[in-house]
Amino acid sequence: MRIKSLLVGLGLLVGFGMAGVSTAQAEEPFKVGFVYVGPIGDLGWSYEHDRGRLAMQKYFGDKVKTTFVQNVSEGADAERVITQLAKAGNKVIFTTSFGFMNPTVKVAKRFPNVIFEHATGYKRSKNIGTYALRTYEGRYVSGVAAGLMTKTNTIGYIGAFPIPEVIRDIDATYMGAKSVNPNIKLKIVWANTWYDPGKETDAANALMDQGADVLIQHTDSPAPLIAAQKRGVRAIGQASDMSKFAPKAQIFSVRDHWAPYYIKTVQQVMDGTWKSQDFWGGFHEDMLQLASINPNLPKSVRAKIDETYLAIKTGKLKPFEGPIKDNTGKIVVPAGHTLTDKELAKVHWYVDGITDKVPN
Amino acid sequence: MIRIQARTEPSSIMKVASPLIAIVLTLIFGCILFSALNKNPFEALHVLLIAPLSDMYNIGEMLVKMSPLLFCAVGLSLCYRANMWNIGAEGQLLAGALGGSAVALLFIDSTSVFALPLTLIAGIISGMLWSAVPTYLKLRFNSNLILTTIMFNYIALYLLIWAVNGPLRDPDGYGFPESAMFSDSTTLPILLEGSRIHLGILFAVISAFVGWFILSKTHLGFQIRVFGADEPAAKYAGFSGKKLSWFVMLFSGALAGFAGVCEVTGPIGQLVPNVSPGYGYSAIIVAYLGRLHPLGAIVAAIFLAVLYMGGDLAQIQMGIPVAVVGMFQGVLLFFLLACDFFIRNRLTFNNQVTN
Repeated sequence: MRIKSLLVGLGLLVGFGMAGVSTAQAEEPFKVGFVYVGPIGDLGWSYEHDRGRLAMQKYFGDKVKTTFVQNVSEGADAERVITQLAKAGNKVIFTTSFGFMNPTVKVAKRFPNVIFEHATGYKRSKNIGTYALRTYEGRYVSGVAAGLMTKTNTIGYIGAFPIPEVIRDIDATYMGAKSVNPNIKLKIVWANTWYDPGKETDAANALMDQGADVLIQHTDSPAPLIAAQKRGVRAIGQASDMSKFAPKAQIFSVRDHWAPYYIKTVQQVMDGTWKSQDFWGGFHEDMLQLASINPNLPKSVRAKIDETYLAIKTGKLKPFEGPIKDNTGKIVVPAGHTLTDKELAKVHWYVDGITDKVPN
Repeated sequence: MIRIQARTEPSSIMKVASPLIAIVLTLIFGCILFSALNKNPFEALHVLLIAPLSDMYNIGEMLVKMSPLLFCAVGLSLCYRANMWNIGAEGQLLAGALGGSAVALLFIDSTSVFALPLTLIAGIISGMLWSAVPTYLKLRFNSNLILTTIMFNYIALYLLIWAVNGPLRDPDGYGFPESAMFSDSTTLPILLEGSRIHLGILFAVISAFVGWFILSKTHLGFQIRVFGADEPAAKYAGFSGKKLSWFVMLFSGALAGFAGVCEVTGPIGQLVPNVSPGYGYSAIIVAYLGRLHPLGAIVAAIFLAVLYMGGDLAQIQMGIPVAVVGMFQGVLLFFLLACDFFIRNRLTFNNQVTN
């Protein structure tokens, strides 16, 4: 019996040894790889990147073959996974989390004929481009909605990490709220995580205990919305449409919409017109969307949301147009100047009126 | 009626046959699983188990993945032999990464030949300190080592996150939570051009042989083995449980710290919040798969590294979902440990009760 099972085992080993040799490759479609930091079921950041991938795949049909790897740790594993995607013949590789930056740079040096696109980073080279969202546009509208909906004049803000993207989103939120409600106050709690439902719930409760009755979050789980709904206050969803987790509480969700960028970039690489750049997309490029605006909002609030959205989309309203003072009284954006993308990437101050200090 | 009966002697046939039976059972399970998913089962098994060893690049990557698992598992094998239930390799690894990084960043503009040795030593000492506290608490206050070492894993993780957000953060990094890239003087040399095979891997293999030598060839190792097998007998023989406990815990902490500092000075090249995807926990599996033998740990660490890499390759080459990969790996480990059960036990198929 034992010998028999041994023989079966050996047979199988030989069998799949051969199978590997004989995987011949037919004429290949254009291959595109994606690296995700989370599971595609996180219903937030990685989920939306994967929806972008699927939309791009659908757009190109048989001409493109996409591959993705989920749950890739931002440590030593990232470089291996990116290398293996490059070795597998992918012509464009999207690395969709900040922590993949240095691994992407290392691999890109060894594969000069592969195009790498790194989300939210700042290192570029001949074959590395970077892309990001103008999330501050969504924040400004969120601020306007929150400023109108609050009864306690207090907005609660759950920060992820004190990096420029998060800091300038806090500024944009406050400026939006202030534009419709001069008495607005903004309370900030740092969760020091991108995704941790437990910690996010704690942060939400801490903010509500301080009187906040509209919550805005830069973290990716729906936990704060659920906490808000439990206590009968309002909240705004992040990254994906979170309305089903808190149908009463949700004002709207600011949804990341990567599909247009993925389609455009893959097309450029196919055509040979791709060039390394730092691309930022917002309402105008349809890379940010207001999803599931709640029908239970007062008509006037809804109108103001639509109006602000349109003004930003058409470029009539620019959230970081001067003059802007920081909360120490220093002029950080002079009159007549609008912050450029390079300057936006370095914002490390709170706008006048936020009674808090930027950590560190 | 089927009964489970303890064998009077461990079965020498099962010792050899157990892993083979487990592998056959897993292969059969894999065939069913992948066929059900409409994937070619032979190709899937090839990608999962053979492809990670198919060329020099993949073998190099397998070694990179194996090294931290091996470091930690060797230390844990000695701990578990001595009945010290150290679950803290993860925290000790992170402490090593943190301590090593703090020193490496001091040498960021230096080309000194002492930079790398000092960095490595700092990592090793940090790992030892991290295991020393729970050891002291256990020996002095009889606290539960499993609980305290787990708690220390979390403390190490949050200390590391604090450090990359604060004192060790790259001043030119736009506020992102990671350190600057280390200079060449504090980066482990690459042993094979074009690969990521670094000096740390060699240290890891040496550590396994050191562990084996201590355990099998020294009086200290003899004491550890006796202590683990029969504590009252060891005490009767006059062996100091305290001394042995200190030794295995500090040895284990040192190796885990070594693993951590090799990760940051090797394949990562900077301090990041995600130094370890749970190596310290996986190393517990490695230690048991290796049957708590330091040389067995080499085989087990290679095996687990292959499994992890195969999981990524299965996603890349065949589009197999990560959850299915996890299921396959879980079942494989289940069969391995279940078959080991029959080394010391057997099934009897009648009503007769024998003692």
